[in-house]
Amino acid sequence: MPGITREEVAHLARLARLELKDEELDHFAGQLDDIIGAVARVSEVADQDVPPTSHPLPLTNVMRADEVRPSLSPEQALSGAPAQEQQKFKVPQILGED
Amino acid sequence: MTVTDLVSYEDALATYDPVMGLEVHVELGTKTKMFCGCSTELGAESNSQTCPTCLGLPGALPVVNATGVESAVKIGLALHCEIAEWCRFARKNYFYPDMPKNFQTSQYDEPIAFDGYLDVQLEDGEIFRVEIERAHMEEDTGKSTHVGGATGRIHGASHSLLDYNRAGIPLIEIVTKPIEGAGERAPEVAKAYVAELRELIKALGVSEARMEQGQMRCDVNLSLRPNGTAKFGTRSETKNVNSLRSVERAARFEIQRHAAVLSSGGTIVQETRHFHEDDGSTTSGRVKEEAEDYRYFPEPDLVPVAPSREWVEELRAGLPELPRVRRNRLREEWGVSEHDMQSILNAGAVDPIAATIEAGADAASARKWWMGELSRRANEDGTDLAALPITPAQVARVAELVTAGELNDKLARQVIEGVLNGEGDPDAVVEKRGLKVVSDEGALTAAVDEAIAGNQAIADKIRGGKVAAAGALVGAVMKATRGQADAARVKELILAKLGVEG
Ligand SMILES: [Zn+2]
Repeated sequence: MPGITREEVAHLARLARLELKDEELDHFAGQLDDIIGAVARVSEVADQDVPPTSHPLPLTNVMRADEVRPSLSPEQALSGAPAQEQQKFKVPQILGED
Repeated sequence: MTVTDLVSYEDALATYDPVMGLEVHVELGTKTKMFCGCSTELGAESNSQTCPTCLGLPGALPVVNATGVESAVKIGLALHCEIAEWCRFARKNYFYPDMPKNFQTSQYDEPIAFDGYLDVQLEDGEIFRVEIERAHMEEDTGKSTHVGGATGRIHGASHSLLDYNRAGIPLIEIVTKPIEGAGERAPEVAKAYVAELRELIKALGVSEARMEQGQMRCDVNLSLRPNGTAKFGTRSETKNVNSLRSVERAARFEIQRHAAVLSSGGTIVQETRHFHEDDGSTTSGRVKEEAEDYRYFPEPDLVPVAPSREWVEELRAGLPELPRVRRNRLREEWGVSEHDMQSILNAGAVDPIAATIEAGADAASARKWWMGELSRRANEDGTDLAALPITPAQVARVAELVTAGELNDKLARQVIEGVLNGEGDPDAVVEKRGLKVVSDEGALTAAVDEAIAGNQAIADKIRGGKVAAAGALVGAVMKATRGQADAARVKELILAKLGVEG
């Protein structure tokens, strides 16, 4: 039984706003399935006594004081933007599909 | 826009029972964003308050704002919630340009506060308990401007412009459990809940919670089920309802719309809806994503938050008196009815009246001026009572002058008008406009004699025992003194002159 189906890959691609061709879907579905299978083997090894972990370090409550630090200048912030207008990030039409 | 069929509110309630869920987002008043040190100051130029962290640039690492966490715990405690001993942040993944990271840092199945309640008071004094499901920490999105469409709306726009100054500002999302049993009062409960929550947030000092500025926004989830049944119907989610009145209208509209769809045999689509301030209607937005489409997972760049019990208790001990408790205490101190207190709350007059009493006025006078003359002025000017250019201390001084007999009500109103016009303190206005009550008995007696001489017929009636007729002579004296006499004293003098017992 595959870990991920072709339909699920197509759905994920849509959520990520990626346009995938049919042959790409076949290709990625196979690859992702292999990866998921490999990662799933971790669960086989980990027994009840190994709790799931989301962070490698046993730290809690790492916080900073509510003090303002310098921000980037608008020019710096926009320097990597493919397009800009009125000192704002310019992005293509958002709701094309509606 | 398609015309939406509605059934009357009464007909809807005759058949269906509304169930609501309210989700309120509160922007915290911290100096910096939730996960970086960028300023949250309003009104800065576009994209001048961003950094690699809030822009989601590669390699940038978030660090939690301690004040943001403290505010979340305070809100949770004030809502009688349990505070998690250990909780994590989670990534809510979605592709939309208002979040440059392509995910919002939020909390998923481990909210910092859960299982609480807020008691709200309805107009007739009835207390309705709204159960709280959770309050969790997250961050605000950037601001989009849609260009090229006819109306500045997203539909028909050719492109959009993004300002990320707001992206990353701390938000607390407060979610109720399903609100059942409110029946026809559901819209009123929704409004009262948001109003009480706003008072609470302000009292805690964690945000100014100004709805008109988007610092507090409400999503109204609503479904109907046939009366007498238990299973919830399909809900709609009306997003970003930004005033108390709109919360009430949105709930009412959705009840009528759902009832129309259901009673004509249709089905409700689970979708988000947009609220329109102009006519109080809602229109279809997007079909709701499934929660799994957000692919939540624990945020690997942040470590868990584990509020120690000592700290939580310290914060609990430092909570201010809760607004409803305070209002009830003040209500008793002021000797007003539940109904009057509700009017005072709705007028935004609780704090001004309390401050005026603190400045030395008696409760009745403080209430009279704020709920009378000043409320009228605020209404006329379309401003908040608290925003009028008069201070509680100035109102207290006016009340003091009236009590001392140096002003009567008519003159006091002129003094207030002068203060509102920027003519200075009450004493300065009295001085400049020459508004002292005439207390010189000699001048008053002369005016009384003159009034009697000029109105012999009326004087005879009074001599004959018709004491009520004295009003006409009092009026004549007041006119002669340009309203600056103490009417009660004038009446005494008239009756004495005419040899009649008052
Ligand atoms: Zn930043």
